[in-house]
Formats: sequence, C-alpha cells, structure tokens
Amino acid sequence: MVSDRVAQVERILDGVMDPELPFLTITELGMIQGCDLDKDGTVVIKLTPTYSGCPATDAIQDDIKSALQPVEPRFRIEIVHAPAWTTDWISPEAREKMRLNGIAPPEGTSADKAFLLGKSHTVPCPRCDSEDTRLVSPFGSTACKAHYQCNECAEPFDHFKCF
Amino acid sequence: MADQQHEWILRLGDDALVLAQRLSEWCSHGPALEEDIALSNIALDLLGQARALLTLAGQRESQGRDEDALAYFRTDREFCNALLVELPNGHFGDTIVRQMLFDQFAVLRYEALASQAVDLELAAIAAKALKEVRYHAAHSAQWVVRLGDGTEESHRRVQKSLNVLWQYTAELFEDDAVSKACDEAGVQPLNGSFTARWTEQVRAILDEATLTCPESTALLTGGRSGRHTEHLSYMLAEMQVLQRTYPGAEW
Repeated sequence: MVSDRVAQVERILDGVMDPELPFLTITELGMIQGCDLDKDGTVVIKLTPTYSGCPATDAIQDDIKSALQPVEPRFRIEIVHAPAWTTDWISPEAREKMRLNGIAPPEGTSADKAFLLGKSHTVPCPRCDSEDTRLVSPFGSTACKAHYQCNECAEPFDHFKCF
Repeated sequence: MADQQHEWILRLGDDALVLAQRLSEWCSHGPALEEDIALSNIALDLLGQARALLTLAGQRESQGRDEDALAYFRTDREFCNALLVELPNGHFGDTIVRQMLFDQFAVLRYEALASQAVDLELAAIAAKALKEVRYHAAHSAQWVVRLGDGTEESHRRVQKSLNVLWQYTAELFEDDAVSKACDEAGVQPLNGSFTARWTEQVRAILDEATLTCPESTALLTGGRSGRHTEHLSYMLAEMQVLQRTYPGAEW
C-alpha cells in the first residue's frame, strides 16, 4: 500500500516534461533525486535544480503539483542541493532525443575539466552531423546551453553544456 | 558562533545578490547580443546562489526572515557585500575586469566551502555554485586577455579599469571576528589564506593579457561592516522600490 503510493507518484513524475526542453521529462534529466514516505505518511519528492538560478525550477514545481494533486492528497517537494546536479545523469536515450530535437547533447563527462575551455570536445552539428562546428558563445538561450554554429551547413544550434 | 555563522552566510549571499543586480543592468545594453546573453546568464546564476544563501542565512538567524525579507527590507548599512561588487558597471571593460577579479576569488572561496563537512547545507550550495563560478571565471579571464591583448585602445582602457578596481580587491581578503569564528569552526579558512593563490592566478591572466598588475597602494574597505560607497544606496533604491511600496506584492 505504502509503496504503491510512491510508485504511483514516480509513474506520474515520469510524465512531467521540462518546460525548456518539452521533449524530455524531468526524470530523464536527472532532476528527481528520489521519492519516499516520511514518518507522517507524506510522499516526499526530492527535486534538484539544474543550475542555481534556473527559472524553470518554479515552473517545474507547479507542474508537479498540478500533475499530482488529482491523485495524491499528501505530498511535498523538497529542494535538494547535494549531490550537485550533473549532466552525467542524463541518459543516453535522453541525449539522443536532444539530438533529434536540434540540440547537441553534452559530450564526455563533467569530470573532464577541459570542458570549461569550450574547445576540448568536438560538438557535432545536430542537423548535418558535421564535426566542423564553432563555439559562438559559452552562454546560450538558457543557463544550461552554449551557442554553436555549424561551419558546414551554417545552421546555428544550442549545445547542452557538459556540467 | 551561531550568530557569526549567520553573518558569514549573509556576506556570501550579499556578494552574489549585489553582483547579480549589477550584471542584470546590462540586459539589453550588452556590447553584442552574445555578450548581453552571457552577462544575463551569469547574473541569473548569481541570483540563484544568492537565493539559496539568503534563505539559509534567514533560517540560521531564526527571526522569521526569508530571502525576500533579507533582499528587499534591509537598508544599505545592513548589507555586508564587498565594495567591489556594488561599483557601477562603467563600460564593458570595467565590468569584465571586476568580474574576473571577483570570479577568481569566488572559485577559491567556494572550493573551500564545498570541501568542508562542518556545515553540510552550506557545502551543498557551495558545491553547486562552484561549478557555475568556474564557468564564469573561464569566460571573464578570456575576455580580459582579449581586451588587454587586443587593440591599443582596448588595452589602454582595461588597464585603467584594472588600476581603479584594484583598490577594492584587498577587502576580499580581510579577516575579522566573523571570519575568524568560521575558520575556528572549520567552515572556511581565513580569507587571507586565499591571497597567495588568487594573486598568482590573477597575475597569470594579467600577464597573458599584457596588462600591468597595479602596485598595492591606497586600498578601500568597509563593506563587510556596512560602510558602503554611495553607489549601493542608489542600486538598492531601484532594486527594492516595488517591495517597499507594495510590501508582500507577488505576481
């Protein structure tokens, strides 16, 4: 019974999409750090923000609430900062979905400090697969993305930063 | 110690909040679209850090003040940010030199805070912030090199920025009763302990930028104890006006 409620919440959370990447769920992005019952029988959802200032975090909490309210009367969202969110938690399937949606997924792992220089990894163009691309700006349309351009097909594109 | 630790977290939060507010003034005024977006992104990261830090400071203070109460309902004399971050933006070179000087310090401070196990809530915020400020540090250093080692005009202008802003850097490394208590509790080593590494890293960036590191002469201080430049008062007037006029307004 108890685990049924948690399992149901997890199932519903699996359907909550990220507002900035509407083809990915918050679970796929690694933002859900577990669901559990506390001693009062409330389902506690541990949510970790991607970036400290990501404005989508508030919208995501609202989306979770509206998805859960019809079925689960007792839940609360707890924001957790540790361990710090990393793109290493994004699954290979989710990375493939990014590529299909025109966003170059993070390359390599966050342990590779050279990513800070923005030139360590080749970031292939998500449109034409060319490896001849250039960094336009390390800061893109949202905190989690950098701005690139393909030298081959000339298409500008977002790169989900390795973080 | 509890009092001093609350004060300590407030200083971290105020540094982030005041610099976030300053950088956000660049929004739609950036020298290029990409840089406009970059400065806004950095401002947003800092604002997120400030929110987490001020929330924690409010909880430790136990007087029922949340992040908004601390941001909007304190006077200039109650802010304890370093003077460096409250200075007006000036031109883009001024902003980016200030950013480089601060980022190099922020990385060292967050590294220390992220690696201690005395205050785990603070360590968690610091570990997250560290990843962000490292990214900022790479960006600001790159710009300082580009402008310093750029044209004669850009070199002359950022050298001037550096000469002025340098006067405000010593304050970052000052220690007082609050920082000593945090050092003794094992939360963060003394600010002074960062001086050597900061100087070494900043000098390396300045060398590459062909800029001359200023001599330490008259140094300005006072921010940690609420003695600010007049610029903070004007900045807060703008930042706080809505909540001061309509307390508790939400939208």
